[in-house]
Formats: sequence, C-alpha cells, structure tokens
Amino acid sequence: MSELSTNHLLGIKNITLEDINLIFETADNFKEVINRPIKKVPSLRDVTIANLFFENSTRTRLSFELAEKRLSADVINFSAASSSVKKGETLIDTVNNILAMKVDMVVMRHPNPGAGVFLSNHVNASIVNAGDGAHEHPTQALLDAFSIKEKLGEVNGKKILIVGDILHSRVALSNIFCLQKLGAKVKVCGPNTLMPKFIESLGVEVELDLMKALQWCDVANMLRVQNERMATRYFPSTREYVAQYGLDKEKLDMLNKKIVIMHPGPINRGVEISSDIADSHHSIILNQVENGVAIRMAVLYLLASKLKHYKN
Amino acid sequence: MSKRILLNSEEINIILNRLSCQLIENHDNFKETVLIGIQPRGVFLSERLKQLLIKNYHLDKINFGKLDITFFRDDFMRGDKVLKANKTDINFVVEDKKVVFIDDVLYTGRSIRSALTAIQSFGRPKSIELLTLIDRRFSRHLPIQPDYKGRQVDAINRERVIVSWAENNGEDAVYLIQDNNE
Repeated sequence: MSELSTNHLLGIKNITLEDINLIFETADNFKEVINRPIKKVPSLRDVTIANLFFENSTRTRLSFELAEKRLSADVINFSAASSSVKKGETLIDTVNNILAMKVDMVVMRHPNPGAGVFLSNHVNASIVNAGDGAHEHPTQALLDAFSIKEKLGEVNGKKILIVGDILHSRVALSNIFCLQKLGAKVKVCGPNTLMPKFIESLGVEVELDLMKALQWCDVANMLRVQNERMATRYFPSTREYVAQYGLDKEKLDMLNKKIVIMHPGPINRGVEISSDIADSHHSIILNQVENGVAIRMAVLYLLASKLKHYKN
Repeated sequence: MSKRILLNSEEINIILNRLSCQLIENHDNFKETVLIGIQPRGVFLSERLKQLLIKNYHLDKINFGKLDITFFRDDFMRGDKVLKANKTDINFVVEDKKVVFIDDVLYTGRSIRSALTAIQSFGRPKSIELLTLIDRRFSRHLPIQPDYKGRQVDAINRERVIVSWAENNGEDAVYLIQDNNE
C-alpha cells in the first residue's frame, strides 16, 4: 500500500523523499509497460485530463499526452495561442470553464511562477505543474534524476553539475531540490550574470570556471540559453558564451575521466553543447525523453489513485 | 484471531507433485506452453512447479514468466488502498501459445479477470488455463473456474486463506484465519 503525500504535483520543494522513491518505483513498472508489444494499460480509463499550455512546448506536451494515452485517459488539449486568453479571459475563468466539462486532472504550463499553486487553491481538480515561469518544472527534475539513477545505479553521493542559464531556468531549480533530496551534491556553473542572487542559500556551490566544474562532476546537465526570456543582454556575444560555457569534444577530452552528459531539450546545437557530444555515447539525452513518458505515467497514475471517484 | 492449518508441508508436497503430473498430461513436452505466475503470490507456486517439472520429467526448457496485474485491476479509484505494482517479466510473445496462469488462491476471480486482460499485451494466446493451489468455493464474483486445483476450501467471507512458502515465510503451509473482531 502506497500513496503520494500530496494531491497535486506543483513542485519538488513540497514533496517528500518517499514520494520521489514511490514515483521512481512506479515509473520502473511503466517503463516495462511502454516496451511491450502493446504499450497501453487501462488504469485511467474513466479519467479526463486537460493539458493547458499557456506557453510553447513540444517535448513536454507530447510526453504528457503520450503518457495520458498510454494510461487510457481521455485527453483534451488547449494552447494559449489559439484560445480566448487572447481575448482577455482570466486564468481562473478559462480553467473553470474547462472544468465545467467534467475534467478530473489538469496539466498546466504557464509563464507566471506560482500559477499551479494558485489554481490548486481555486479549482476542484488534481493539478500537475508542467512548468511555471522560472519557478519549477517537477516532472523534468524527476525524469532527470531517474535517468541518472538508471545510468549510474544511484543518485545518492553523486556529483551533479548544472551548467548555463540558471537565472531563467525552472529546470535548474526543480533539479536542485530533487537531487538534494536524493542525496546528491549539486554545483551550478555559468556566467555571473545568469546566476540568481542568493543561489548559495539553497546549499549549492557556484563555480564560474567550466573546466574546474567538469573536472569535479559525475554528471553535467547542460541547460539551454533562454533567449526568449532575456530582455537585456546577459553576455557579450554567443561566440563568447560558446567559448567559455559551451561543451564540446575538446573540453571533454581534457578531462581525465568519463562523465555523463544530459540536456533537457530543446538543444541549441553548437551553443551550450556541440553536435558530436549531443549524439555521442556520453549523452543520455534520448534516454531522458523515453524516461519522461514513464515518469509522467507514474505521476498521473499515483495522483489519479487519490481521486476516489466511486467512493460514495 | 483464530488460526487453523489447512495443509501442512507434506500435503503441499503431494499436491504439487500431482499438479505437475496433471500439467504434463495435458502439455506433453511444454514446447507450445508457457507458465505465467501471477504477481505477487502466484510466483512462488509457479517457480516450484517449474522446478518439479524440470526435475521429474527432464524437461530442458520451460517458457516461464511473471505477470503483474496492478494496472489492469478493476478497483482503481474505488478502494481505500493503492497497491504497489510488481515487476512483469515476460520476455517472449504468447501468440498461439497455450498459457497456464498460476496463482495461490482463487477467491472472487477478479485478479484472474485482470490477468486475462493484461496478457493480451503480449499477444493472442491459443488457449488459457488456470491452476490454483486453493480454490475458495462459493465466493466467486465472476464466471471463472480453475482447470487444475490443489484443494477446494469452503471458507466464509470473513475468513482469510493464507499460503505461506518456505522461501518467503519460512515454512510451507496453508492457514485459515478468522479475525475475532469481525
């Protein structure tokens, strides 16, 4: 018997280590399911899930949708670009209208930090945060940690480096919470201008020199430079960024050990990571994508088990 | 709580030998047959039967798998408890094979209903049979009956039948347990 401690997945910060381990165990089982000749189970047959994407996404939206379909849920999709949000409807009104269509769970990506928490306080459905501004992206952190565990056997005691645009990254924040709960040591690396103030207060170390940081780590998670969130220039030129913080074969060859390379996607090839490294055997980028479906199936399954449709 | 022994280790041993005899009568050399233990409790019984078949009848290879039915259960979102999933381990397709489901206790039949759905993910079997160590008579919710059974038991609903295996619980035995507070 096993249950999550929460009715919503809003962030990693407010879930427990037991929750993370339960999600991992369940994801192990779903990973076996999605490698069967018939990759579908009937668990969520009478559950309706709305995917509300107020911000662009390819991977996360497809991954959630696939996970929902593999669990036999009914799925409705919404993207802000083609909706009444453009006509000035508020978030609560949009979501309440969708819930009036008898939706049980909501997967939401929103540009404002805290949108998921806000929604969970105001509507009667189970909320999964698929990214809220620069705040959290819990399923990405779970699948990253799950992929590390799969590759290295365990996360506890491992040294994980997060490189790049930490300031604008929800992936970085969720990863820090998740990896620390699992007992890993986390270091962040990137230009000083892209380091959030007081990041050390989370218990992570800051290293501005990429080579030193790479020499220290077992795993390097290369984040994308989020140009779309940058209103002003944070570094002199892309060329300078690549020279200092882009990962390529030359830099990897200078290390006296093998490290695992990750990237949450989408990749700017030739900026944060060079093509030959992204496609090399060091990289587990495509494993991350596969594990993403299994992790999201586990999260949706465990949250749905708390819906208790038929109790009365 | 009162606890009564239904089968001791010697009786279980005799029954297992008989069940393996019955299997060999119907399945000959097991070339077209696969044994599927239902997770979690049916796996112990199926491992034992597999070993007996190999030892007593000199079969060199038996296709053997473990099937978890958690995601196929019909009580999801209905009960109070959420069951933890177990590992499914079937590394062959069951297309056109004769499948034998193996479980320790047949009670309402709902687990076997779930297993019938779950096995479809691995192909379309030629036939499916059911072997159980204990058949709890008069308690079925569904029209499902065993093809091979160790012992038939008349137990009322508030009684529980517990099968204990040496490799898991330290002894081979089957108990009938009645909780006093009910």
